[in-house]
Amino acid sequence: MAGIPLLSLAIWIPILGGLLVLAVGGNDRNAPLARVTSLFAAALGFAVTLPLWFQFDAGTSALQFVEIRDWIPRYSVRYHLGVDGISMPFVLLNSFVTLIVVIAGWQVIQERVAQYMAAFLIMSGIINGIFSAMDAVLFYVFFEASLIPLYLIIGIWGGPNRVYAAIKFFLYTLAGSLLMLVALLYLFYASNGSFEILDWHRLPLDLRTQQLLFLAFLVAFAVKVPMWPVHTWLPDAHVEAPTGGSVVLAAIALKLGAYGFLRFSLPIAPDASMSFQWLMVTLSLIAVVYIGFVALVQEDMKKLVAYSSIAHMGFVTLGFFLFNRLGVEGAIVQMISHGFVSGAMFLCIGVLYDRMHSRRIADYGGVVNVMPKFAAFFLLFAMANSGLPATSGFVGEFMVALAAVKTNFWIGFVAATTLILGAAYSLWMYKRVVFGPVANDRVAALDDIGAREFWMLAVLAFFVLLLGVYPAPLLDVMHASVDELLRHVAAGKLH
Amino acid sequence: MSAMNEMKTLYLLVPFAPLVGSIVAGLFGRWVGRRGAHTVTILGVLVSFLASIAIYFDVQAGNTFNGPLYVWGTSDGLSFQVGFLIDPLTVMMMLVVTFVSLMVHIYTIGYMADDPGYTRFFSYISLFTFSMLMLVMANNFLQLFFGWEAVGLVSYLLIGFWYTRPSAIYANLKAFLVNRVGDFGFLLGIGLVAAYAGSLDYVEVFAKAEHLAGLTETVTGWPLVTAICIALFVGAMGKSAQVPLHVWLPDSMEGPTPISALIHAATMVTAGIFMVARMSPLFELSDTALSFVLIIGATTALFMGFLGIVQNDIKRVVAYSTLSQLGYMTVALGASAYSAAVFHLMTHAFFKALLFLAAGSVIIGMHHDQDMRNMGGLRKYMPITWITALIGSLALIGTPFFSGFYSKDTIIEAVAEANVFGAGYAYFCVLAGVFVTAFYTFRMYFLVFHGKERFEKAHHGHEAHGHDEHHGLAPGEKPHESPAVVTVPLVLLAVPSVVIGYFTIEPMLYGGWFGDAIQVLAEKHPAMEKLAEEFHGPLAMALHGFTTAPFWLALAGVVFAWFCYLVRPQVPEFFARTFRPIYVLLENKYYFDRFNEVVFAGGARLLGRFLWQIGDRTIIDGAVVNGSASMVGEIAAAARTLQSGRLYHYAFAMIVGMVVLLWFIYGGH
Repeated sequence: MAGIPLLSLAIWIPILGGLLVLAVGGNDRNAPLARVTSLFAAALGFAVTLPLWFQFDAGTSALQFVEIRDWIPRYSVRYHLGVDGISMPFVLLNSFVTLIVVIAGWQVIQERVAQYMAAFLIMSGIINGIFSAMDAVLFYVFFEASLIPLYLIIGIWGGPNRVYAAIKFFLYTLAGSLLMLVALLYLFYASNGSFEILDWHRLPLDLRTQQLLFLAFLVAFAVKVPMWPVHTWLPDAHVEAPTGGSVVLAAIALKLGAYGFLRFSLPIAPDASMSFQWLMVTLSLIAVVYIGFVALVQEDMKKLVAYSSIAHMGFVTLGFFLFNRLGVEGAIVQMISHGFVSGAMFLCIGVLYDRMHSRRIADYGGVVNVMPKFAAFFLLFAMANSGLPATSGFVGEFMVALAAVKTNFWIGFVAATTLILGAAYSLWMYKRVVFGPVANDRVAALDDIGAREFWMLAVLAFFVLLLGVYPAPLLDVMHASVDELLRHVAAGKLH
Repeated sequence: MSAMNEMKTLYLLVPFAPLVGSIVAGLFGRWVGRRGAHTVTILGVLVSFLASIAIYFDVQAGNTFNGPLYVWGTSDGLSFQVGFLIDPLTVMMMLVVTFVSLMVHIYTIGYMADDPGYTRFFSYISLFTFSMLMLVMANNFLQLFFGWEAVGLVSYLLIGFWYTRPSAIYANLKAFLVNRVGDFGFLLGIGLVAAYAGSLDYVEVFAKAEHLAGLTETVTGWPLVTAICIALFVGAMGKSAQVPLHVWLPDSMEGPTPISALIHAATMVTAGIFMVARMSPLFELSDTALSFVLIIGATTALFMGFLGIVQNDIKRVVAYSTLSQLGYMTVALGASAYSAAVFHLMTHAFFKALLFLAAGSVIIGMHHDQDMRNMGGLRKYMPITWITALIGSLALIGTPFFSGFYSKDTIIEAVAEANVFGAGYAYFCVLAGVFVTAFYTFRMYFLVFHGKERFEKAHHGHEAHGHDEHHGLAPGEKPHESPAVVTVPLVLLAVPSVVIGYFTIEPMLYGGWFGDAIQVLAEKHPAMEKLAEEFHGPLAMALHGFTTAPFWLALAGVVFAWFCYLVRPQVPEFFARTFRPIYVLLENKYYFDRFNEVVFAGGARLLGRFLWQIGDRTIIDGAVVNGSASMVGEIAAAARTLQSGRLYHYAFAMIVGMVVLLWFIYGGH
């Protein structure tokens, strides 16, 4: 298998597949063909990532499945791909979610089908590029390119206020990443003309420089995560995005910023990371508590889950900046888990929205009476969202909470309030939407989920439970890489 | 070695047989049907019960077990495992859980016969049994927490079983959230254990207990073991419904009665008691924590008992009685009488499950009317329910020779000997509680089974519950005895309610049966040791019981109830009028619910709205984001005026630009 460029395939199969879909199904009369082609491309795209998992050597922190080709030799920009135990799971998650999204949009999307499917496929390839690029220019190109399909998805297939949301999303994230570009250029000169991210990890930098770099990266990544207080684009984007857009946004796009911290901020500016620990921990805790309360009072289901995503990502950034293995590994598990759980939550809301064309909690009530199968799935995901043990949502929260108590009891104290807040906003929404007597005639007329929706949710439920009951394989994959990262951060660059 | 493997198979059977039953009934209920669902789940629990008996004999022969099932995950030197610890404490809990669960499963066939959610109900109670067994069989804190939350989940599902009733879905959300408040503390306790002991395995942690006792928590400066124990106990306060986290338990009566017996009386709510007993090596090292436990327990024992007096719903009387009895168990824990707490846990599981199921039988007989004011004289119509309920009541009030006597009397004696701070207050509470218990228990008993028949009143003002069900007896209709699937479990529970105390007190409390599972520092907390010196067998204890204060207090309570509710029915109203403020206070349950609703629930919503509208919308979006966007707009507008469209303006600007550029490039040289 050594000769097969798996990462390139993971990137280019979806992108070329997307272009093919556009070519064959550009006209909506060919929508069925576009759908089938998309499904095939997504399935193939997912299939080529499977060997990454099964052939991965968990014993080393070195990059694996490496591909290096010259791209722009004059600036020593290279097409350098590779994954370690931190990034590899995300390539799989992304390719898997793409498959789910294609299936989710099967019947719902009736206009510009090929364009819709193509946008998701291209997006999927680009995101795989982000997670496997080891050259900074390549990374930056993918990082910025990922904005375009999502912008289009929200702007074209979105709700009534889609233009405001799309532009807010675009400008917010673009503004963030411009500072990152400055940082990348600085590092290029500082390293005597290298765009190799790994070279930068070893580049000695004084504390002041590190801190400036850290802040530049922080702006870019904090917007993406998003961290408080640069989070307000997310609820708007989610509310306007079509279901598939919300799923990709929550499950994958939010992970890009968090991944950036691990790939850039921590290893390139380790001493600055330490010196800004207070800031990062504070912002993370605000995200957990402040956003938890805000989520509680949302009247729109999507906004509620969007806010809950921000709170959950607060746990991720908290875990990173505790600088111990339990915290970082817990945070990575939380990212993967959040991919399944938030994706599933948005799919559930999509199931309701497709039928009622409303996301307002007040329009629902008593859904369980007419959609018992759906109610069971929705409950599982709501419970996972509130971190119930034996679901994936528990694993990361538990590990990060333990790590927080170990670092400082009061950090753990504040973080652990998520047990109460997470349950409060998830289950209060569930109560108002699902339980109770049938609220109105439109609820009474609801049909339970069909086979396609059933299997889509069942697969996600399977992973949510599997990861909750047996997270060891995922943890084992990341040990070596996380160890190496933390060793590097602890050693610092100041001697 | 093969014997060892056989035992391991048995261990696995205990929790997983009910799980399989639950999955079959839950996911394939439509295919297996009602009969299939109850057959498979009852079979699962029966297998579990029989395996528990076999394990009991094995443990009796001196074989214990502590080992992992599989490694859940590892990180940072911590190995998170799923595994079993089988010792006398575990096996006792396994027997209680599986036996009561089996009785409740059988009883459910009768109680839920007409319910459309029949298979779902069986799936839930089997899932509960699995979760509870995982909790008690755990050999580490992770699995303990898993079981802890899983029983909470099933409790949530079962309280809200009749999900169209607003009161039920309010109660289940409340139960889950209040329990989460407890779990918040529990998680912090586990976090401290992991941080300072570097392990979540019970045995490894206990081995370091002495070492931990010498440490202080680095950030807060608190004595470490005290902090750990109080944090863990906050979890127990949620699950075992201790003041002020007790508020969910009375409302949980919205669930079907069989689960009130199984979950909200016999098993789940005792998880906190079990947990503290399991942690005795840690609690023994902190007198502060023990005092805290003692005072909370004593307060619960007495003040929740008072509330039982003013209830009219038969299930709510039993619920408040459960709160009070859980308080007794907690008091015992605080007095370092862990074995007495667990002993009371066991006897209480039998007689309280019996009382709940008897109450359920009454409710069936009354066609789902739960108001005691509409009952009276039922002993004529429901003889088996009457006798078994009387047995349960006598056990509950601590009548000598009944199981409840042995456990409750031991607790009172242990508190009398306790020496930690608050022991005096606790002694007063548990003693006064005896009178209160006897009074509300026999108030219920007399109102339901004796006196005038008041069935005719049932048709007024009973629309509180769902509109889809008809409640109460039709005019002229009489109650009827319940079918055998209901009465047989009553009889089977009545037997241990009478005799179990007599036969087990000696080994459990004074025979060292628990071995190392429960550890007491006798030189510091000598209560149980002193009791052992004074113990001369169960017969002598019961005979002596007739001469002690608790017996006379209980008798006084019964006589007073008899006087108030059979002889002079106007007396209660006289008291309610004369002591109006106290009566109102009790009617409103000390205003705990009102306080929580206004301060916590209301406050959280208010804070959420404030942060959302002011923080996110006005400041971040309004001032910063849209503010900078409009600033860009203004600059652009200013710039637009430069684009006048007149060619000579552009030409002039170009010339100026060129000059500046040329100067910039060449001017420097």
